[in-house]
Amino acid sequence: MSLRGFGLSVLFIAVLAGCGKKDDGVAVIKIGSVAPLSGAQTHIGKDNENGTRLAIDEINAAGLSLGGKPVRLELIGEDDGAEPKTANIVAQKLIDSGVVAVIGHLNSGTSIPAAKLYSDAGIAQFSPSATAVKYTAQGYKTAFRVMANDAQQGAVLGQFAVKKLGAKRIALIDDRSAYGQGLADEVEKAVKTAGGSIIDRQYTTDKATDFSAILTAIKAKNADLIVFGGMDPQAGPMAKQMKSLGLKAQLLGADGMQNGNFIKLAAADAEGVIASSPGLPLATMPGGPGFKQRFIAKYGEIQLYAPYAYDATQVLIAAMKRADSAEPAKILAALTQTDHTGVTGPIRFDAKGDVTGGAVTLYQVKGGAWTTLETIK
Amino acid sequence: MDIFAQQLVNGLVLGSIYALVALGYTMVYGILELINFAHGEVTMIGAMVALAVMGALLGVNPDLPGIMVVIAGALVAIPACMLLGYGIERVAYRPLRHAPRLAPLITAIGVSIILQNVAMLVWGRQYIAFPPILPQISFVVAGAQITAVQLFIVALSIAVMIALWFLVQRTRLGSAMRACAQSREVASLMGIDVNRVISTTFIIGAALAAVAGLMVSAYYGLAHYYMGFMLGLKAFSAAVLGGIGNLGGAVLGGLLLGVIEALGAGYIGDITGGFLGSHYQDVFAFFVLILVLVFRPSGLLGERVAQRA
Repeated sequence: MSLRGFGLSVLFIAVLAGCGKKDDGVAVIKIGSVAPLSGAQTHIGKDNENGTRLAIDEINAAGLSLGGKPVRLELIGEDDGAEPKTANIVAQKLIDSGVVAVIGHLNSGTSIPAAKLYSDAGIAQFSPSATAVKYTAQGYKTAFRVMANDAQQGAVLGQFAVKKLGAKRIALIDDRSAYGQGLADEVEKAVKTAGGSIIDRQYTTDKATDFSAILTAIKAKNADLIVFGGMDPQAGPMAKQMKSLGLKAQLLGADGMQNGNFIKLAAADAEGVIASSPGLPLATMPGGPGFKQRFIAKYGEIQLYAPYAYDATQVLIAAMKRADSAEPAKILAALTQTDHTGVTGPIRFDAKGDVTGGAVTLYQVKGGAWTTLETIK
Repeated sequence: MDIFAQQLVNGLVLGSIYALVALGYTMVYGILELINFAHGEVTMIGAMVALAVMGALLGVNPDLPGIMVVIAGALVAIPACMLLGYGIERVAYRPLRHAPRLAPLITAIGVSIILQNVAMLVWGRQYIAFPPILPQISFVVAGAQITAVQLFIVALSIAVMIALWFLVQRTRLGSAMRACAQSREVASLMGIDVNRVISTTFIIGAALAAVAGLMVSAYYGLAHYYMGFMLGLKAFSAAVLGGIGNLGGAVLGGLLLGVIEALGAGYIGDITGGFLGSHYQDVFAFFVLILVLVFRPSGLLGERVAQRA
């Protein structure tokens, strides 16, 4: 964690502690939020935290009583810098500070190791955005997610590449993160099932900016489609370098790059790029337009997963209400009966904590903006 | 063969960027035997300032010709970095001129962290996009595709190296710099203002860093507050590979490191039958670095430095 992040969270906690003492009689319930608030993915991390914050502010404004006593929810925001190592440190810090549940982490690579700590502490963890299959497959009863996982997303991408785009020679690139690697693996499976062929698999990192060498290697093998498992800071320059190397292949990606920042970074070379994202397009989400309005009024443009962070928090609040308690064990028991209609759609959990029947939508950049191609359920 | 040529071009462009930054490391090391770890961050500040100026200009009039906007960005970023380079030397290194060698190394790392955090506060943590204002022209040379920006990067680093060589070997300032490199005490006895020579070295290095930062952000289309870290590390390795303190060595080391990385990433997967993938490109590059240093500890073009009393 950066020094500044640390300073801010210390200040934040100090302020919270101060507040808690001031209004007597109102019990304070702490809810954690973890996302990268420093480093390359800060814009998406802040977005998640704001989604959670909006839900908490709304319920506090409306007033919440548990067990007949008024309570107030407090958000404790932590920064894991998208680093698995830091993720465990801040997870332990949140547990020690007595949070009753955690909305986070943003990345699969951070959500997976932290899940063990939350499970040991017996508090619920909701990742609004980690899509790696492994996150909920580790067998922890405390791990939940509110969006389709990579098995669902990878299957859609692989199918789409072979059946809809008619790709014959597919190359894969992943950023070696739990998310990128997991997604590429799922796409590989789906492509093979659909009868397509993977002609090359290349690797990069989630900090790289130069992809010319691996793109040249892919060009040598005459790929007609490249699937990238990774985030927008890499996808942007990658699209640019594909163009300058004269690569004609279609770039296909997933939710990590399906955002406005990708278009900003790739500029004109973003045109025609296709990416999937779990869930429905915001405009067609049941509560999407209303959420967008409320969010923008407070925090500005939605980056990516804020609606999911918001819904995850809503699901948590609903479970607290059903349990009529903020005890972690009672919240967990109530969560299994979740049947919530959030802004992103209906949320019910299967035995593993995955959302059932998650939809995946495909988008393409046209005229400098993401436009919806189709939603696959 | 096309592919080999293309990988060579990829490597040369990447290597030219490393070389431009490596020159800054090597110049300072040549005179002070100090590794200026803040150099990578000066590169980042150069890119950030240029992008801020360009953004402001385009905000006023989006129809300004792209090349003019980039030149305006450079004209602000270069003096800004020169000032920064001077300031860093004055505040963080000069007071420690006679302290043990490790002390200025620590302040260098400190300055680097401070600059990163200042940039984060000023420009935010997100990636800043380079405005799409440069013409997208590309040429095909020997089967390899090369863009105008890439050609410019290679040409510029060659030009800068020649200019630097001329400065060091053929001008009064250059002989003063060489004298200071041999012995600061004797140089000052000969009437050379050592502090001034050192300040000038930092200022020139910072100007190079500003240019390199602008080129990097134009090439990759982005800039962010910690872009200087990895770039600085690679450029420092390039300087060591070529023989730190030697200008030609910095360029040779930079180009070599770039080419090794590109060829490594491009072929390692096929050579090892998929056992080692392209994510091992850095391992490959640093393996070569270690190998060179085992056989030539002072780098490819470095001279053996006699132990001083």
